[in-house]
Amino acid sequence: MSRVLVVLETANGAVKSASLPGVTCGQQIAAKDGGELHLLVLGADVSAAEAARGFGAAAVHTLTAAELEPFTAEAWGDAIVHAARSIGATHVGGTATSTLRDALPRAAAVLDSPLVSEVVAVKAVDTFTRPISAGRALVDMKLSGPVAFFTARATEFPPPNQGGSSPVKALGGTQLNTRGVTVVGVHKTESARPALTEARVVVSGGRGMREGANFGVLEELTDLLGGALGASRAATDAGMVPADLQVGQTGKIVAPELYIAVAISGAIQHLAGMKGSKTIVAINKDEEAPIFQIADYGLVAKWEDTIPQLTALVRQHKAAN
Amino acid sequence: MKILVTVKRIPDPDESLKFAGGGLDTSSSKWVPNAFDEYAVETALRLSEVAGKRGKKLAEVIVMSVCPAKQRQHVTQFLAMGADRGVVVDHNPDELDTIAISKAIAGVFKQEACDLLIIGKLSQDNEGNQVGQRVAGLLGLPQASFAATVNWDEGANNISVGREVDDGVETKRVPLPAVVTVDLRVVLPTSVVNNVTPANHKYQEGPRLASLRGITMAKRKKVKVVTLGDLKVAATSTERMVNIAAPPSRAAGQRVGSVEELFQKLTKEAKVL
Ligand SMILES: Cc1cc2nc3c(=O)[nH]c(=O)nc-3n(C[C@H](O)[C@H](O)[C@H](O)COP(=O)(O)OP(=O)(O)OC[C@H]3O[C@@H](n4cnc5c(N)ncnc54)[C@H](O)[C@@H]3O)c2cc1C
Ligand SMILES: Nc1ncnc2c1ncn2[C@@H]1O[C@H](COP(=O)(O)O)[C@@H](O)[C@H]1O
Repeated sequence: MSRVLVVLETANGAVKSASLPGVTCGQQIAAKDGGELHLLVLGADVSAAEAARGFGAAAVHTLTAAELEPFTAEAWGDAIVHAARSIGATHVGGTATSTLRDALPRAAAVLDSPLVSEVVAVKAVDTFTRPISAGRALVDMKLSGPVAFFTARATEFPPPNQGGSSPVKALGGTQLNTRGVTVVGVHKTESARPALTEARVVVSGGRGMREGANFGVLEELTDLLGGALGASRAATDAGMVPADLQVGQTGKIVAPELYIAVAISGAIQHLAGMKGSKTIVAINKDEEAPIFQIADYGLVAKWEDTIPQLTALVRQHKAAN
Repeated sequence: MKILVTVKRIPDPDESLKFAGGGLDTSSSKWVPNAFDEYAVETALRLSEVAGKRGKKLAEVIVMSVCPAKQRQHVTQFLAMGADRGVVVDHNPDELDTIAISKAIAGVFKQEACDLLIIGKLSQDNEGNQVGQRVAGLLGLPQASFAATVNWDEGANNISVGREVDDGVETKRVPLPAVVTVDLRVVLPTSVVNNVTPANHKYQEGPRLASLRGITMAKRKKVKVVTLGDLKVAATSTERMVNIAAPPSRAAGQRVGSVEELFQKLTKEAKVL
């Protein structure tokens, strides 16, 4: 029977919403063989464990240590290894965030165990579906080994089921070693907009926007729609917008209700990050642009001639409703 | 200082995939180096050189690959680009799991007594995004993954790495020996500096091309061939692909002739506004 350990990320006494898809994936794995879900809260302050009691887990485990904050893969790796051993976990995972993509493979190596990344579906207790080659193929991977590690792709798992109130259990002490690293600081991209990965609408601009200042017209439309701003690699590399707005194979994976791609050609690496969107709109002056092959609505036109008008129509519509 | 860089060959990501017999048919594929490994080699070369002074070097750059010894053209390519020598672990990587590949890399790192491993954050084909972190775990070394900038302080024997994280850029200072996995932006013109290259130096964007001289020189550079057995690594297979399929394709969309029409479709048909 499985004992599935899901690592949570918390902030200000709450579970980060980014962690929830990993919980759902964990619930689905445990359900495959009537196993147990276990949750893990790590940090200097683990009060968020209280907020994790409603997911039907057999227990919410906590491990408190100063070394766990700020996050380092070194200390978190040690903590995850210790927790997995203490609990006798058959599976260890969580959402495929930059944090867990950093720490989980490190822990998996120490436990001599395989890891399946970016899981999009749970086929069996040991078999998981994941995309490869920029989303051009889906493979089912069957794992064997002491522990099966996984990261879950956020866009593919709905919010977790609610369940009875889980006990909170503190794990016994262990040595955590940051191996001499120092986190000097995090330069956060300040924005009042919703997170790119959680927004209902995403408006993305590409190289054809030419310069950062021109993103202003996209921002106006984005804010009117209550959405998040995205970009292609060409736009982020050119410094038009911050790097963390990049959508794609090596950027954010998004699946909003509405994705508007403006002046983006539609390279496979970009499509890999947005083709799960419900409705896709493409505005591009080149009628041959590959983005049109996956767009629900394609408009062959320049952004200069179309975005201001679209913004005006949306504004009228909002005012009337 | 010795920098080890891993390089992998992959089927050209610009070619379409051929599904055949429950797998991918790569028999007629063109093989190319993984882009992130080109970025990794470029990072190592920038760290190792005193910009503007040819010949003067701060570090030796060793490229390694787990591949059949006869299929090491990509290793030669990186020697032509400027790496000093190569190590090939003679084994078909398709018959190994990530555990074994990571152990082989850790084995070479130890055997060569390296100070820094620079590795791509991702293989473009199988997209594991895990080998570098694993090697760090196996060796008990500090790690800086998803590097967009690298700044080597020789005197302090550490590197400061700007890491691309979900909500911005984290700066992490890491003592050597260490493992760095590189992201796309590490090859922008000012992303990599060492303590001797002038602060205002700008590299050409992207990985450098091999020069004619480099191509000639590459043939004379040493490539050591070792086996998994030499490294005391078992050929494990804990990951098995049991099925592969093309993802469901999106239904064909429609062209709209005007902004007005687009707006009508979005409000009335897709009902997303
Ligand atoms: C290893 C690797 C990983 C990568 N990862 C990513 C990734 O995660 N995300 C990503 O996006 N890319 C990624 N890329 C890059 C990708 O291959 C493309 O180069 C990139 O997506 C192109 O960006 P673009 O569409 O903005 O630019 P281009 O391909 O140059 O397209 C610009 C488009 O703008 C249109 N245009 C120009 N002017 C106007 C105008 N006035 N009005 C309307 N349209 C106009 C043009 O017709 C053109 O179609 C990766 C590449 C590699 C090698
Ligand atoms: N067979 C191999 N030989 C050398 N390096 C490899 C091999 N497989 C993977 N790697 C390295 O591991 C990195 C990350 O790969 P992955 O974790 O599979 O996405 C790649 O960028 C390569 O540098």
